[in-house]
Amino acid sequence: MATYAPPIPEITAHRAEREATGWTSWITTTDHKRIGIMYMVLTFVFFLLGGTEALMIRLQLGAPNNTLVTPEIYNQLFTMHGTTMIFLFVVPMMAGLANYFLPLMIGARDMAFPRLNALSFWLLLAGGIVFYASLFWHPPEAGWTSYPPLSDALYSPSGGQDAWIYLIHLTGLSSLLGAINFYVTVANMRARGMSWGRLPLFVWAILTYSVLLIFALPVIAAAVTMLLTDRHFGTHFFDPTEGGSPLLWQNLFWFFGHPEVYIMVLPGFGIVSEILPVFARKPIFGYKAIAASTVAIAFLGFLTWAHHMFTTPIPEAILVFVMLSSFLIAIPTGVKMLNWIATLWRGTIEFTTPLLFCAGFIALFLIGGISGVFLAIFPVDWQLNETYFVVAHIHFVLVGGAVFPIFAAIYYWFPKITGRMLGEGLGKLSFTLMFVGVLATFLIQHVMGLDGMPRRIYEYDNVGHLALYNLISTVGSFILAAGVLVTIINVWRSLKVGVTAGPDPWKANTLEWFTSSPPPVNNFDVVPLVRSFEPMKDIRNEVQRRSGDSGAGASGTATVPAGATQVGL
Amino acid sequence: MNRIPAALSHLLPSTLAFFTPAHGASPNAREIDTLYKITLYIALVIFFAVEVALGYALVKFRKRKGAVAAQIHGNTRLEVSWTVAAAVILVGLAVLTFAKLSSIQDPPNSGPGGAVLGEQNNLIYASSSRKLPPNGKALDITVIGRQYIWQFVYPGANEPDGLGAPYSYEELVVPTETTVSLDIVSSDVVHSWWVPELGGKFQAVPGYHNYTWFKISKPGIFRGQCAFLCGRGHARMIATVKAVPPAQFEEWLARQKQLIAQANAEAEKARAKLKAQTGAGAVENP
Repeated sequence: MATYAPPIPEITAHRAEREATGWTSWITTTDHKRIGIMYMVLTFVFFLLGGTEALMIRLQLGAPNNTLVTPEIYNQLFTMHGTTMIFLFVVPMMAGLANYFLPLMIGARDMAFPRLNALSFWLLLAGGIVFYASLFWHPPEAGWTSYPPLSDALYSPSGGQDAWIYLIHLTGLSSLLGAINFYVTVANMRARGMSWGRLPLFVWAILTYSVLLIFALPVIAAAVTMLLTDRHFGTHFFDPTEGGSPLLWQNLFWFFGHPEVYIMVLPGFGIVSEILPVFARKPIFGYKAIAASTVAIAFLGFLTWAHHMFTTPIPEAILVFVMLSSFLIAIPTGVKMLNWIATLWRGTIEFTTPLLFCAGFIALFLIGGISGVFLAIFPVDWQLNETYFVVAHIHFVLVGGAVFPIFAAIYYWFPKITGRMLGEGLGKLSFTLMFVGVLATFLIQHVMGLDGMPRRIYEYDNVGHLALYNLISTVGSFILAAGVLVTIINVWRSLKVGVTAGPDPWKANTLEWFTSSPPPVNNFDVVPLVRSFEPMKDIRNEVQRRSGDSGAGASGTATVPAGATQVGL
Repeated sequence: MNRIPAALSHLLPSTLAFFTPAHGASPNAREIDTLYKITLYIALVIFFAVEVALGYALVKFRKRKGAVAAQIHGNTRLEVSWTVAAAVILVGLAVLTFAKLSSIQDPPNSGPGGAVLGEQNNLIYASSSRKLPPNGKALDITVIGRQYIWQFVYPGANEPDGLGAPYSYEELVVPTETTVSLDIVSSDVVHSWWVPELGGKFQAVPGYHNYTWFKISKPGIFRGQCAFLCGRGHARMIATVKAVPPAQFEEWLARQKQLIAQANAEAEKARAKLKAQTGAGAVENP
């Protein structure tokens, strides 16, 4: 009997794409990972610029009646610092992280609109260039809030104010296109089985971030357009001498400006919600509560803008309403804090650098959250508003709530992006310096505010202990800067000599760890069926089960008793 | 190295002052301080409870040999109870604020030792657009913010358009034991009126009126400065409130009036002289 051997069928699962190389490939790329990397590198450069401006501010304030910089330069410094950190660092850095990881986490091949995605990045770069080009002429000096009439042509005739307006427009357009892109991607391109209840919490956060941007950005775009026409085309939207209203600007600005705070911290919350369970080796405590509180914060965030206007002439009914709505927002935020601590509770916590930055985030953000309640009580705000107490508050919120999660994300995801681990020793040193630096810089600023030091003053008299407090703050800011520098050195070192990471160095829970590090152009050859909000844990457990390994292996989840997780719901 | 311990020894007796806003000279500032302190006590309890829980979790549940992480997904009852607890605390704070509100916002009557406010010396204000003391009498002062100086205009205009009223710059002189009502306006950009010991700050927004009040019991000098960025001279836009006994105040006000009249007369003379030198009509009256 003649043997018949049927030909073995060969199926090419996908058309292998060759990775493009050379500098032109970066300029023309529509790959979400490359765009993400460009976002992260660019925004980190802006972080360093904004940080340098902060150090110059602290140097000037290091001694009473200091004459290091002129009042003009001082005003330019804090305007550049605030604007840079918000519009060119935190918001686009979150977009960069989301660009790289959101498609990977939901098992997608790329973003929904890859070319629009590239446009978002290049608009951001254009905004940054327009803004920083003003350094060569005359930088803006009306603060990141740019209240008219001070920002009007009469009081700020220089082109720097216009550069600021165009920065808002260009980065705003960039963020708006990015937000639409994220939303459409999450809505349409999730892996099979990834229902809304199985979406990674970082993706929930980015989804909410996108919705907030879509609602808030048109308002600031309108406001800065009105400012532009007031300045150059003879309109009088904000000019009281012609029937306009400076309060209109405050309303429009903060209608955007308050949600902007949540735009900056919610992705941070998402990052922490991803990282804590990985290193506690426990599922997140209260997945639904965290996802729901993210959405609740976003909704309430649109009702509280007038708490930035407690000292303006507005009716008492509004003061009361806004105080209560600001109180309300403390509830979902507090719930999250307790959920994160409960996630650590009864875990087996591994003290890696990402975990440390997340723990630091909880410790610091708590301070910013609590000081926020003081500021929500409007009679108390009458004393604290526009003082260093507010400066301290916003820095605990933003350094604690955004910068620390960003650093956690850098340490957590660097292996995925580069294929190499960051050094743990340098990472822990960086964390320690930054944590001590933040406390030293900003804790004492509460007291400066309580002692009557307004913000945005270039000099102060040596009354009380102001000189000492300011000196402590200045020293702290340099400790913080040293911590950032250590991470830069760490990145530099690891790019050359870092330990090879492999696809899943942390034994993590989400799909980005399913593919190689760095991922190929097409991300995944096969996307697994998602059965819970921790698909990678399910996959590892499944592999163990099939290989008959009952769990004494080297992997982190090996300590998980079989059947304890809700695999395959 | 000696500076820091010395400063610390200064700090220790005034630890509470370290944690609270400036206050003490006016009832509204004192009430805000009380409200702040109660909030602070609640906040400190929550702060320490959460930070200790975090620290405890990090130390107690660090990875150890043989330790197994509990695979808990949540606990609805626990989550509901801490949500309710947070809400209860905030309701408490809201009730407290409402209880304190009238003593912070509503000006009291002047004390028996306060300045006489009445038709005889033009020192009276009655208007429905702002909160007045129960007897309707307060010393009304208009505070005008402009780059980079505060101007204070007193009642007592001898002309219907408000001209001729006595005024001063930077230093606001007021009588003790008298309720002083401030009408805060701006003539250029946004400023913010703030003397910490006399209560909260209020923005001077061009095109708007903003109101506050204070009542100082003992003579003294209270310093403040503009609290909203108004340009390059913002840091030097200072304000001083000097409280003096009512008799001394009336004396000062009369002298101020006389000085202004004198200066106006001299300016008139100088203008006439200039006019004579350059020819009639060459210098227009501004």
